[in-house]
Amino acid sequence: MKILVFVNHVPDTETKVKIGADGKLIDPAGVNYMLNPYDEFAVEEALKTRQSFGGEVVVVSLGGEANKETLRKALAMGCDKAVLLKDSAVRDSFAVAQSLAEYAKEYGAEIIFGGKQSIDYDDAQVGGLVAELLGWSSVSVVVKLEIKDGNIIAEREIEGGHEIVHAKLPAVIMAQKGLNEPRYPSLKGIMDAKRKPIEEKPASAAEIRVEVSAMRNPPAKASGKIVGTDASAAAELVRLLHEEAKVI
Amino acid sequence: MKILAFAEQRNGQFKKVAFEVVKAAKTVADQLHAEVVALVVGNNITSIAGQLGGYGASKVVVVEDAKLELYSTTAYAKVIADIAKTESAEVLLLPASAMGKDVAPRVAVKLNAGLAVDCTALSVNGGTITATRPVYAGKGLVDVAIKTQTKIFSLRPNVFTAGNPSGATAAIEAKKVGLNDDDFSVAVKEVRQSSGKKDVAEADIIVSGGRGLKGPENFKLIEDLAGSLNAAVGASRAVVDAGWRPHDEQVGQTGKTVSPSLYVAVAISGAVQHLAGMSSSKYIVAINKDKDAPIFTVADYGIVGDAFEVVPALTTEIKKLLGK
Repeated sequence: MKILVFVNHVPDTETKVKIGADGKLIDPAGVNYMLNPYDEFAVEEALKTRQSFGGEVVVVSLGGEANKETLRKALAMGCDKAVLLKDSAVRDSFAVAQSLAEYAKEYGAEIIFGGKQSIDYDDAQVGGLVAELLGWSSVSVVVKLEIKDGNIIAEREIEGGHEIVHAKLPAVIMAQKGLNEPRYPSLKGIMDAKRKPIEEKPASAAEIRVEVSAMRNPPAKASGKIVGTDASAAAELVRLLHEEAKVI
Repeated sequence: MKILAFAEQRNGQFKKVAFEVVKAAKTVADQLHAEVVALVVGNNITSIAGQLGGYGASKVVVVEDAKLELYSTTAYAKVIADIAKTESAEVLLLPASAMGKDVAPRVAVKLNAGLAVDCTALSVNGGTITATRPVYAGKGLVDVAIKTQTKIFSLRPNVFTAGNPSGATAAIEAKKVGLNDDDFSVAVKEVRQSSGKKDVAEADIIVSGGRGLKGPENFKLIEDLAGSLNAAVGASRAVVDAGWRPHDEQVGQTGKTVSPSLYVAVAISGAVQHLAGMSSSKYIVAINKDKDAPIFTVADYGIVGDAFEVVPALTTEIKKLLGK
């Protein structure tokens, strides 16, 4: 099976967001970047799929030179080949999806994995966009997956429960935490990753449909009130919540 | 001009966010001199459609079909795009719920529309809609404008206020959309609801516990407090990673971003990624032994004390107040 997995290179969860000089983007100074956490589950599932059906796993990322670090990590986990779709422009999800879909077609992918969302822009839309552009099935927020005879049975997380979804291949699967336990790259994997090729090609041009006019930090909260230092403060806290905040 | 508002229902009942979406559509429509058309998709739903008039829909399009009883990504996308076209809607509002986030990208491609996701505010200036949406799990906010002719916005649940319904009524219009087997290539076959469990993404009050509770068995304290407040139970990443609580309860950057009216953080120190996920709550209460814990920097009310003593006392006081 020709398996594709999309990965994104994102600021880690410890990052404190500082607004850049253009007022529209994050200031990257001092920020550590990493493989998007949800994409780790996607890589793992892609590797498991290769184990079951044979074939190869190609990992793809769209962005700049720095994304190679994330591609290397995916290679170290066991992906066969990496592709960097080079682009330095700021894109919306639609424009990202267009280039990824185009590459998927060119490669002849039969199944695509990705994380349920990227933890930078939190759009959670690229997978569905790619699937619709390709005319494929898609299942988002997947916590359980079974592939059999060209069909998929997946479990996806919804508010307060799960949905059991049936879908036909080819499909885009967007992984949620819980789908699997991502493997740690072995030492051998890390060494091998250094020798595996990263193919570079320019990402296809795409129209920007959603334009960011400004980015800012959320308003800082005024420091609150310490109501007390032991259980005897409980009554006063309840009074404040009831009479002052009026939330209970 | 028309604004189409997708009113999500499950099991023949509107989700709270359905009213929020219709009301938000009405607020925008009033500034654009536009009309709000609501769309309900499912089975046995005609009887509930009228409720949307009270939130600002002048017309409700009902697409009723036994095959649409359960959600189907592909079929729902087709229905929504078809109705948007036949109504010539230029703006489409959806909830940024599990269903809305799943269906919106497919509708966007069908309508060749730009898509702004998980918006927390919409404003109109000179005929242009500007949406505000959180990025980096709420550590940043961006203002965005959509440049395409057709524009899709999905709205974060629990942020826009639906208010009480007015006495206004809406015209109900039943429509058929031709659907064949191929349109159901992705379809839900079964829904498994965790019985009686409230989801943090939808809850009005959340009580969350962290590692300071020392073990999964001590979440009984959190459950009791949540029970007294009719609240959802949340958890920090540390306790989810430790396997004490399921991932669907995790609040934070790699869990759920929440905006309840009250968030109670118990024995949670407040890592950057947790604060990102809950700082937009209207009121925050922190209970922690460590007076220097970062959670107190975002809390409106704090008790610096032992959760094992404070929480049961709090539960008792709340039961007293609410007469339980």
